Amino acid sequence: MSDNRNVKIRVRNLSKVFGSQPKKALELRDQGLKRPEILDKTGQTLGLSNIDFDVYEGELLVIMGLSGSGKSTLIRCLNRLIEPTEGEIVIDGQNIPSLKEKELLECRRRHFSMVFQNFALFPHRTVQENAEFGLEIRGVDAAERRETARNALKQVGLDGWENALPRQLSGGMQQRVGLARALANDASVLLMDEAFSALDPLIRGDMQQELLQLQHRMKKTTVFITHDLDEALSIGDRIVLLKDGEVVQIGTPEEILTKPADDYVRRFIEGVDKSRILSAESAMRKVRSTVRDTDGPRTALRKMRDHTLDSIYILDRDRRLIGLIDADAASQALEDGKETVTEVMTQDFRKVTRDEPLHNLFAMFSENRFPIAVVDDDQVLQGVVVKGAVLDELAQAGDH
Amino acid sequence: MAIDFPRIPLGDWIEGGLNWLTTEYSGVTRGISRITQTGIDGLNDALMWLPDWSLLVIIVGLCWWLANVRLAIGAVAGLALIWDLGLWDPMIETLTLVVIATLVAVVIALPVGIAAALSERLYKTIMPILDFMQTMPAFVYLIPAIPFFGIGSVSAIFATVIFSMPPAIRFTTLGIRQVPTELVEAADAYGATRGQKLFKVQLPLSLPTVMAGINQTIMLALSMVVIAAMIGADGLGSEVWRAIQRLRPGDGFEAGIAVVILAMLLDRLTQSLRKKGKA
Repeated sequence: MSDNRNVKIRVRNLSKVFGSQPKKALELRDQGLKRPEILDKTGQTLGLSNIDFDVYEGELLVIMGLSGSGKSTLIRCLNRLIEPTEGEIVIDGQNIPSLKEKELLECRRRHFSMVFQNFALFPHRTVQENAEFGLEIRGVDAAERRETARNALKQVGLDGWENALPRQLSGGMQQRVGLARALANDASVLLMDEAFSALDPLIRGDMQQELLQLQHRMKKTTVFITHDLDEALSIGDRIVLLKDGEVVQIGTPEEILTKPADDYVRRFIEGVDKSRILSAESAMRKVRSTVRDTDGPRTALRKMRDHTLDSIYILDRDRRLIGLIDADAASQALEDGKETVTEVMTQDFRKVTRDEPLHNLFAMFSENRFPIAVVDDDQVLQGVVVKGAVLDELAQAGDH
Repeated sequence: MAIDFPRIPLGDWIEGGLNWLTTEYSGVTRGISRITQTGIDGLNDALMWLPDWSLLVIIVGLCWWLANVRLAIGAVAGLALIWDLGLWDPMIETLTLVVIATLVAVVIALPVGIAAALSERLYKTIMPILDFMQTMPAFVYLIPAIPFFGIGSVSAIFATVIFSMPPAIRFTTLGIRQVPTELVEAADAYGATRGQKLFKVQLPLSLPTVMAGINQTIMLALSMVVIAAMIGADGLGSEVWRAIQRLRPGDGFEAGIAVVILAMLLDRLTQSLRKKGKA
């Protein structure tokens, strides 16, 4: 699916050495030495090594890693707050590391807005003036930037606070200002550096949800840095996992959870509340047998017996799910001499789509005895989730 | 066994250098001297032209507006005492010297301080020079001032500027370096030029610190213009100097107390200016 999407930023072979002899460090790296040995031998710190990834247009890409993994360095290399030592970062055909100073300023203004961990609001400017900052830097005229900033503040729920100073606001509200400053700028990429890490957990959850809504509404390409796997899994369209300055795995949250690339990732995902992340798809089984709407009760009974089922789904000629019949109802219909299964089918079962979170299915099972059907947007049957499968999937994920 | 090591003629070299400067640049020094003298005379005449009471009202009003009633009341009492002791005119002369010296010092210090904050190399060059300027006994500056500018107020200003400038430079540099890196980073991230960064972020945020430096400069300037009485500067210093020469401790203390009152007023005023800027 991601193959035919437009690449917004292409990062290739990106490395960063902190120190005065980067060449030496990279030579050793190419001989296969790792970060600690390079530090021992040369005194140079290999911050990032051969990073390759793409950011697709409109996606929310999370770069995730523990402290020291190089994630902050990486996001700062994107807009060259930190100079990369080697490699390319291409955005809309421009290779950022080779830009001249003036072009770099222009590129930052056009392409990047940034939200910082500790908000980085200007304490001497009001909320409104903070939100206007990016526009002011670009030389947008006063009336227009007031209007744009005001709209951005409204979007993050801060109308009425325009004239307050940052220190008069709570942490969550301050970060909303940070977000408004970034949105007002209308750059093509939003960089978020541990943007919610300094907030307390409740506020943080709210902000994550709001970011997701904003992001879906505006389709703004976003690169989000975090050290928190839960956060990464719950907001990321895709995740780049970093360790010691190298990419360990790139994938969707589900791929990371279900197919961890190595032991490091496996250890990492222990302890994650998997039911929040895994979706119906991961617990979905193939449907063993179905009946057509034109079939009679006898056929339904036979199929159920042959496949040891208690109930069976009824599909129309386009394989759309129209109902369900259980063994008792089928026997009764046979006795009553009914012609087709549709006369006695029930609608009293649950249907979900593939991406329904697994934890939502628990509640459904407690109020309904039938398996849960998984359908696509056209009601075409995709599979089925039985109660045991959900638990199995969770248990299995927990074993890793 | 004594080693016969010749004495380094350091003093001779310095004297030679100073002589060379005095003769080569006499045009420049005379120019500076004339401009400075005009400034001093102008400000002094203006302050003297004002009736004593109106100047008092202005100062007290400033105290009230910038600080509080307490300082205003203190100002009334202090200035009345100075007036009563017959030290009003010397006090005005001293104030003039302090104001001019501080202005010159700040005009030089701000750009130098900013440059030193932004360039590591300049910072490393300037800091030892500042140490030198501050630790060299203040009297020593009086000596070259005389061949440069002759006896009188201009020499006093010259020595005072050199002596009082370092804190303004240091604090400006410190203030700009103290601006949190993440704020500078934020400005960079949004594509700010160096100038935009300086005027929209670094300078406004370092203003309280810069003001603290200017406050220090004013205090040092005041102490120096008093000492500068030795090379013919007018003002409260010359009252003290005269009292010393005539062995009249009473007169000396009266003038000394007037200096203290002026110092406290200037200090409190600039400090409240700083707080006002912060709020």
